[in-house]
Amino acid sequence: MSVGCNHMLELTGLAGDPASAIHRLDPRAKLMGLIGVTVVAVSAPFSAWPVWIVCACVLAAVAGTARIRPRVVWRRARVILPLVIFAAVFLPFVRPGGETIEIGPFTMTTAGLETFAGVSAKATIGVVGAVLLGATTTFPSVLRGLEALRVPRLFVLIAAFAYRYLFVVVDEVQRMRAALASRAYRPRNLRHAGALGRVATALFLRTYARGERVYLAMLSRGYAGSMPQLEPLSFARADAVFLALVVGTLVPARVLIGAAV
Amino acid sequence: MSCAVHAKGLTYLYPNGERALDRLELHIKHGERVAILGPNGAGKTTFVFHLNGLLTGNGDLEVAGLDVCKENIRELRSRVGIVFQDPDDQLFMPTVREDVAFGPLNLGLERDEALARVAEALETVRMGHVAERAPHQLSMGERRRVAIATVLAMRPSLLVLDEPSANLDPRSRRELIDLLAEIERTMLVVTHDLPFAAELCERAVILSAGCVVADGSCDDILADDDLLAAHDLELPAGFVPSRVQRRSRPGDASAMARLYPPLTTKGAA
Repeated sequence: MSVGCNHMLELTGLAGDPASAIHRLDPRAKLMGLIGVTVVAVSAPFSAWPVWIVCACVLAAVAGTARIRPRVVWRRARVILPLVIFAAVFLPFVRPGGETIEIGPFTMTTAGLETFAGVSAKATIGVVGAVLLGATTTFPSVLRGLEALRVPRLFVLIAAFAYRYLFVVVDEVQRMRAALASRAYRPRNLRHAGALGRVATALFLRTYARGERVYLAMLSRGYAGSMPQLEPLSFARADAVFLALVVGTLVPARVLIGAAV
Repeated sequence: MSCAVHAKGLTYLYPNGERALDRLELHIKHGERVAILGPNGAGKTTFVFHLNGLLTGNGDLEVAGLDVCKENIRELRSRVGIVFQDPDDQLFMPTVREDVAFGPLNLGLERDEALARVAEALETVRMGHVAERAPHQLSMGERRRVAIATVLAMRPSLLVLDEPSANLDPRSRRELIDLLAEIERTMLVVTHDLPFAAELCERAVILSAGCVVADGSCDDILADDDLLAAHDLELPAGFVPSRVQRRSRPGDASAMARLYPPLTTKGAA
């Protein structure tokens, strides 16, 4: 039980030097920076590929300032990156256009390869950006930043509760797995999947019941439809400087490189 | 402020028609510590949920000087603090500090005042050092204490604890008793843990099938083996209730008034 939680905690939460300039930034500045990097990277076509290098340099500079080691970024990014890259790996074989390259029974196209490279680069930049945000900002601050950036409150609340109860649900799943295993449950074929369905049902019902109890606990402490805010955010000069640096590097790079090709 | 509880003929039916509370009569005086005992399904939690209007049944219920009705709900919830059985239900905010501040902010307090309440409540349960942590990073005993702090921060006049010693190891249980013994409030403790009740409460009430079947001093009730057995309650082997040293109360009434000045809330009638 604790092993699973510790593993998860290792992949979330702060990393690097908690006192670094990046860690201390207002979450809104970091969120807007992340959006900036992602939009610039995604908007660049393959021919403007140097834009991606500029994006990567900006991310590297952020990671360096925050003293986050490449290993940490790699360990966190590899959780999500393979899924994204897997979706793109078939592109060279299915997308028509450009020259064709025969590899045994398969045919690749250069247009497909370019798309694959583009999607991979954009995905990597987005994921690494998100990893850096997660490593320099606590989840509660990200939520406060999102709320301050006018993301609908309901979404922010859902994210907050999902984060809070993820750990509780993971514990419950692990207890159920232990219960299954201790009664010699070893699924070998599809017929054995039924038990998993029932576990899922039980988990849903328990989670639903917990949701009801949490709501009662909220009502008991005076909840009347809106979540109170404790920590006000302050957008300081350092935040403006950070944003100006990020945007001031990326936007001219995107415009100039886009115009040159 | 009086924080007595007067229930007269309180009846509550579950949606399926089953009687959870059946003409329940219970009167609790200001400042009493009462253990509510009873088997599973006796209606203990249902009764607790009536105290701050989470559930409303038929009959008369007056809590802390207020009739339990829609108009008084807001004020009732500031006067009645319920500590839920599972701290994971009670601690729903991302950090301990925000969680403890949730109640005071809902009462309409300003940020500084709310933070002062947070510091005071966490200090009372000796958990000041975990304010920045997330609830899932705490042990069960720590979560329980923080859950109590979330309620104390609202400065309720009536403190209700639902199975406070459930899932605690002996040491956390002992620390919880020490902590509760120092809190001067009218206190209702719903529990199966009879030694726990014996140490804290001078009065005990047994609830069974939705009504009060026994009401008396904790010593008398716990000494009556037949009564306990009839309601699926049991003392641990070798436990002698008369040998239990009940915890003394912290200081006199004036000290209590200094510690917990009368509750004031903005926007309350």
